[in-house]
Amino acid sequence: MTAPAGGGFTMPRPGAGGSEQAVSAEDDPPVPLADDAVLDVDEVRRESDVDAVLERLDAELVGLVPVKTRIREIAALLLVDRMRTRFGLSSSRPALHMSFTGSPGTGKTTVALRMAELLRGLGYLRRGHLVSVTRDDLVGQYIGHTAPKTKEVLKRAMGGVLFIDEAYYLYKEDNERDYGAESVEILLQIMENQRDDLVVILAGYKDRMDDFFRSNPGMSSRIAHHIDFPDYTVEELAAIAGLIAAEHEYVLPEDTVRVLRDYLDKRMRQPRFANARSVRNAIERARLRQANRLVSEPGASVTKQQLQTLEPADFLASRVFTDPPEEADAEG
Amino acid sequence: MRITQGAFSYLPDLTDDEIKAQIQYCIDNEWSVAIEFTDDPHPRNVYWEMWGLPMFDVADASGVMLEVDGCREAYPVHYVRVSAFDARLTRQTTALSFLVQRPPEEPGFQLDRQEGPDRTIRYTLRGYASERPEGQRYGRGDS
Repeated sequence: MTAPAGGGFTMPRPGAGGSEQAVSAEDDPPVPLADDAVLDVDEVRRESDVDAVLERLDAELVGLVPVKTRIREIAALLLVDRMRTRFGLSSSRPALHMSFTGSPGTGKTTVALRMAELLRGLGYLRRGHLVSVTRDDLVGQYIGHTAPKTKEVLKRAMGGVLFIDEAYYLYKEDNERDYGAESVEILLQIMENQRDDLVVILAGYKDRMDDFFRSNPGMSSRIAHHIDFPDYTVEELAAIAGLIAAEHEYVLPEDTVRVLRDYLDKRMRQPRFANARSVRNAIERARLRQANRLVSEPGASVTKQQLQTLEPADFLASRVFTDPPEEADAEG
Repeated sequence: MRITQGAFSYLPDLTDDEIKAQIQYCIDNEWSVAIEFTDDPHPRNVYWEMWGLPMFDVADASGVMLEVDGCREAYPVHYVRVSAFDARLTRQTTALSFLVQRPPEEPGFQLDRQEGPDRTIRYTLRGYASERPEGQRYGRGDS
């Protein structure tokens, strides 16, 4: 019998000794590749599911060219970094905090969700979940309430993406006793210290976000990617309408699409137009009118096709067409 | 004398990465993780103080580590442990509990023997550290 090293009795320690090497060998190749080795980019791509995420991004999101370009660039950088590690080159983790600016309904939240998946696929986030918060979730109501509240949210978001919608409400310039500043401070500290664990995405309207960054220069400099979401064109909105209808298993025939374009054209010029969100609302209301039309028809009998089809009349009944523009209700 | 309480206490102290892996295991099992601290080393001391609330909705161990580090900073010479509660019906108990910090010097225990009638002996275990008031037991009394 051999006495255990160190004296006293000890328990055999699983994972100590030989098996430990096996574990580390799985994680990353211990020996860097030779200087003249050649890596197959396609193979590295295939290893991560970056292509699948990018494809879904292309399929599900219409337009948004600058956004997609930037996401592609980030994905490429992460892939290159991954290959650099294989050669034993240093690959400092890039700063991944982002700000998404754009009008309402331009897909900021959806892209953030995809971003979380993408970063997870590339191995930069362990969980890849999205925690979506607003000022209410971060800022407390009395002294000493803010710090624990903000930390609680940050803890929940660890390993994933923290998405702060309408981030400019966090900081109220005109009220220096507002607790938002405290929240911003904690946020900055964590963004700096826990860069490996958390990606923060701030979102909001362009002009107000600019103001926010102007009054918080520290925040602006810690965000590497400022991505601006452009407004959609009528064509893109019509394509989005097609996607939304397909999602609900509805069909938009040719003449309905034509009416819909006309509708969007008019609706865009009205106040409170919210891009894709307005399209979604328009489809929802068309569904209501279609249902009413089908039910109220005398001697009702419907086919599957009728149940699926949104007719031009369903859109033509909208207030956007009937009311004069200046009196029209924004969501008519 | 190195006290042995909870899981892994016969092993060398866990490194932060190992602690993180253990916490992640708890989270993956849907146990809620809580952090507790005390400076009373007695093995029957069940009333440890809680550091914050149990964490029910933390998805990643680094969130818990943030709190562990916070607790270590505030109580640098206390015992700190992580315990995971399994709330599932039929179990509803602590599923795993292990020390993540111990004082640099642990003076150990005195064993008192009390002679009773008929040569009976009653034993009492008394930590040398707990002779001093709470908060001043392990050096650096400032904590």
